[in-house]
Amino acid sequence: MAESNERGRLGLETSLPFERRILEIEALIEKTPEGDARGELISELERERETVFQNLTAWQRVQLARHALRPRMLDYTRRILEDFFELHGDRLGGDDAAVITGIGRFRGRTLMVVGQQKGVTTEEKVARNFGMPHPEGYRKALRAFRLAERWRLPIVTFVDTPAAHPGIEAEAHGQGPTIAQNLLEMLGVKTPVFAVILGEGGSGGALAIALGDWVAMFEHAIYVICPPERCAEILWKDVEKKELAASALRVTARELLALNTIDAVLPESGGGAHRNPEVAAQAVAEELAWFLGECDKGRWTSEQRREKYQRMGVWSEMPSDEYRVPSSEFRVPSEE
Amino acid sequence: MPFLNRRRFVSIVGRRSSLPDGLWMKCPGCKQAVYRAEVEQNQQVCPRCAYHHRIGAMARIAILVDEGSFEERHQEVQTLDPLEFKVGEATYLEKVEKAKSNAQLSEALVVGYARIEESRTVLGVMDPFFMMASMGSAVGERFCRAARDAITERLPLVVIAASGGARMQEGILSLMQMAKTAEAVRRLNEAAIPYITVLTDPTTGGVYASFAALGDITLAEPGALIGFAGPRLIEGALKVKLPEGFQTAEYQYNNGFIDQIVKRSELRPTLGKLLRYLRPQ
Repeated sequence: MAESNERGRLGLETSLPFERRILEIEALIEKTPEGDARGELISELERERETVFQNLTAWQRVQLARHALRPRMLDYTRRILEDFFELHGDRLGGDDAAVITGIGRFRGRTLMVVGQQKGVTTEEKVARNFGMPHPEGYRKALRAFRLAERWRLPIVTFVDTPAAHPGIEAEAHGQGPTIAQNLLEMLGVKTPVFAVILGEGGSGGALAIALGDWVAMFEHAIYVICPPERCAEILWKDVEKKELAASALRVTARELLALNTIDAVLPESGGGAHRNPEVAAQAVAEELAWFLGECDKGRWTSEQRREKYQRMGVWSEMPSDEYRVPSSEFRVPSEE
Repeated sequence: MPFLNRRRFVSIVGRRSSLPDGLWMKCPGCKQAVYRAEVEQNQQVCPRCAYHHRIGAMARIAILVDEGSFEERHQEVQTLDPLEFKVGEATYLEKVEKAKSNAQLSEALVVGYARIEESRTVLGVMDPFFMMASMGSAVGERFCRAARDAITERLPLVVIAASGGARMQEGILSLMQMAKTAEAVRRLNEAAIPYITVLTDPTTGGVYASFAALGDITLAEPGALIGFAGPRLIEGALKVKLPEGFQTAEYQYNNGFIDQIVKRSELRPTLGKLLRYLRPQ
């Protein structure tokens, strides 16, 4: 399979509308000789960057999370792992290319690596089904989790998927039950689990590999119950309300941190991870190194992880005289 | 005190169902005009073609458990609106309140103790008329508490599942309920508590991809829609016509995801038998 090391250059075609002015100024800077004019352009660039990136809307973050040039799982593993030995197949008859599993070496230790790869080139995207796993992919991940537990290896997962694949075959092979089984087993894995959400954390398809002792998420990544477009369709009956849906759903890293559903936000410098993949990879490496350091101190236990997810959610406990007691005196319900 | 008397039960079942108003109705199964009262008296099942209409939680409990034996628990667990979600002028909590008074229920999942053919059990029933039985934090928490009751009391857990999926208005928190309920099932498994699920029309999305698909024994009602991605979503994504019978209970049974398909009239004796055979040790 084509490796994803050919990256396009950020240009008019691959850029987002709010990136264009930044690109224009950058082009001007390149053409301008050293001097006052250049200095002015550089400070204009800084101002423009700040204005855009300090005031990103939820929808702009959705666009950044899905950016054509956003670094993918393999862009990270190639940079932060000294070696990677890929393990193929779920041992039940399939090998889903949307999910990559294998043994990685990181700063002299062995890790189990699991992740979703969306693909970079058109050929790779198709081969990897745009990072949308079938049940075979989740079973492949589960096999890796079980091996990691047996070998006492910490697990690192790279989450980047629009969704679990919605399709006839996926349903026939048990997409729902397979994701459910992954959730159940991943929670109980006896070795530490570090999860990082790179771009899109798409619903149950992401969750099935994202239950970690420590879940880190990039600043411009999103993690959603369903794509904003679909939410807009369902609740507003209008796909054009996607921007409204994106802000209503609270899809951004800082909002999710405030809701206690992730543990850390990894900052993205200078216009997003795609503008500087090296820095982004470095951020993951530092977070992972810290996580493994905490492993050595025995900070993570599967019991704590299980307790964390058992407590998830926000609800109220009303005093018993206030909540409605459904009685046998039914009224005729009015139609909605 | 009897939970519901027979006469009232008939009228409740009539109201709390997907049947359109009128003396006669067209059955979606056989497309025939059928006399409404006949369907109502037949546990909401078409007497001609056995089409299983959707049925509300309380009506379901009435036909399933020993009379007067249901003791609801954890009603105090109520929905909040942490995202301050609003569609137009309507807030999420307003929508929930409306669903509450329409369905006369405190949430889309009702849990408690019950006896089925003399066997005591913890029972959870979802109501497809309460915001499509979508799963938010309160539903997830009630499921977990029901599982905890089952472990503490050494009783089996029976869940009648139905769901259109996640409660979108709770965003990521509703996604997290999948992990949360899966953890509750893990605890049931470790405590060797039998966990039986009955998948009814529709069981889809996040509920199917979590506790509904994790039963030790999985039963389903005939014709129920069961799947992860909804059929319209798949049709839209693939731009193909879906095969006949796709994502029905029968389809999932043929693919090995369901132990048995059980007619509504047989559900009580079937569960009664399983609960007798699988009493927790």
